[in-house]
Amino acid sequence: MKRRGALFWLQLGFTLFVCAFLIVPVILSMLAGVTVNYQTGIESGFTFRWVIQVWEGYRDTIYRSIGISLACLAVTLVLGVPAAYVLARAQSGFARAIEELLVMPVAVPGLATALALIVAYGTWGEFRTSWTFILVGHVLFTLPFMVRSVLAVMNAIDLKTLEEGAASLGASFGQRFFQVILPNCRSGILAGALMVVTLSMGEFNMTWLLHTPFTKTLPVGLADAYASLRLEVGSAYTLVFFVMIVPLLVAIQWAARAPRQAKAAPRA
Amino acid sequence: MGGAGAAPSEGGATRMSEGLKPVSIRLEGCAKTFADGTRALEPLDLEIPAGQTVVFLGPSGCGKTTTLRIVAGLEAPDPGGRVLFDGADVTALAVEKRRVGLVFQSYALFPNMDVRGNVAYGLRVRGMERRAREARVDEMLAMMRIEPLAHRRIDQLSGGQRQRVALARALAVRPRALLLDEPLTALDAKLRDALRVEIDALLRRLGITTVYVTHDQAEAMALGDRIVVMEHGRVAQSGTPRQIYEAPATRFVAEFIGTMNRLAGKVEAGRFVTAAGAIPWPDAPPDAREALFRPESVRVAEAGAEAHLMGEVVSAFFLGDRMRLFVSAGDGTPLVVEAAARKSFARGDKVGLALDPGALMKLKDPTPKDGA
Repeated sequence: MKRRGALFWLQLGFTLFVCAFLIVPVILSMLAGVTVNYQTGIESGFTFRWVIQVWEGYRDTIYRSIGISLACLAVTLVLGVPAAYVLARAQSGFARAIEELLVMPVAVPGLATALALIVAYGTWGEFRTSWTFILVGHVLFTLPFMVRSVLAVMNAIDLKTLEEGAASLGASFGQRFFQVILPNCRSGILAGALMVVTLSMGEFNMTWLLHTPFTKTLPVGLADAYASLRLEVGSAYTLVFFVMIVPLLVAIQWAARAPRQAKAAPRA
Repeated sequence: MGGAGAAPSEGGATRMSEGLKPVSIRLEGCAKTFADGTRALEPLDLEIPAGQTVVFLGPSGCGKTTTLRIVAGLEAPDPGGRVLFDGADVTALAVEKRRVGLVFQSYALFPNMDVRGNVAYGLRVRGMERRAREARVDEMLAMMRIEPLAHRRIDQLSGGQRQRVALARALAVRPRALLLDEPLTALDAKLRDALRVEIDALLRRLGITTVYVTHDQAEAMALGDRIVVMEHGRVAQSGTPRQIYEAPATRFVAEFIGTMNRLAGKVEAGRFVTAAGAIPWPDAPPDAREALFRPESVRVAEAGAEAHLMGEVVSAFFLGDRMRLFVSAGDGTPLVVEAAARKSFARGDKVGLALDPGALMKLKDPTPKDGA
């Protein structure tokens, strides 16, 4: 083994420092959520009181956020995957222009998009007050991520030739799409799904304008809690958010990897 | 044309278990103009007899792949063009209904399936019953000698193995014709030769009508019953490999197939006079301005009576069994000459060259077509 020089330790130290700088506030915040009194510090003891208070008061926002992000995922899958397919197959400059335009909803501030939605559809009574109004905003914001991530994979594999190969073997369009195209875009679809769910779950800018008192989502509730309740309650809320989103991320990552390992193992 | 849609009656699953009679393919007035206005193919009439292997040969952009794609049904010919299989119009029939086996340069195997899954795919989508399907897949794996690879993933295969899988997959469904688009181009030279021999044996054994597209003239000569040389979207010449090699119709064909030596000069009293000497040419066309001959019809000779030309060795390559010399004879590109390896040559050596009688070629159509 080669002895590590001073430069190595310097780099390691710097990396650890940056990590600490970023992670410590998060840990402090989560600790605050289970501390009896944050002003006195940890000596005041630990409690689940605040977490329970958050759960009692904001449970509906958590359910709503999960529901909206899953609905958002469903919509972006149904709209985004076929859209990516059409863009990947079309060779025209028009398709390339659309591809570039796809970043617009990401580049435009969420507040502006939300305002535009309110101006356009705000007077549609039932729609304005329903959670689907927020869903529309989230789809608008997350769809480009789904399309671009699927498109990247579609452009990397030789989609056209794969499809021609399948067609020459007698596969109809439906068979080609579901048996050849979709399975080979799996990694892109899963990466897109991961983005969509986490972005929708954490979306605040737009949702802050789109929500009504009856359609608060988790991040809106969080802002609400920090603004109007004790610091400990807000922190407990953050803790709840983490406990929810981290297993979700791990689960999606695992789902993305598991079948490939399962397939490779017995045949290696 | 209104007469489209006369699809040949397909027997469905029952036909699959027995061998199919090879189909004859006819193209009538098939031209192709792409959406941006480029003309990829001038109107083409072509007959491919049942069971024969026809090779489309030409440089890239000559229209050979477009022709193959029209036969396959991946491209539609411009209105008016017709594709006939055994006399039945299949122009309007999509590729998935045409039942042709396709093999691509990039293999186009499905990465989401293993080797078995790939070979079985065509049978699966046609709804072949499971037991029959498994038997057929085994048969194909055995034929291509890839049984040990049956459960490999595609990314675990070498290029040669992939192309075998692609062939097995295309042939599994008992296609009416096999269409190969530069199938060996992505492989290294040694593997290419081995697989070429194997494909040749396979095609002879199966007796399947085959269209083979390549830019490699050695491949074309080895595999084709007939070669169709293409240039700028038209057929430059079509014939057996021997006809094409020995009697090229145009200068393009002469230079594309094999190596061709060229010398400028003029005809004088039954001889072709060049800067480096004179070659006897009794039946020369009186207006000939250049002489064309193959490297194998010229040999190194003693200076004097025997040698027709004198030249200077520009470079010499030892090939083991023989030497390849590049000899400058006055103007233009050096002549390629093969000499026995016994004697060694070096740059700057003066050599005499003798041509076999009848070595000089006469082109049927000597004026080069400048892409008109």
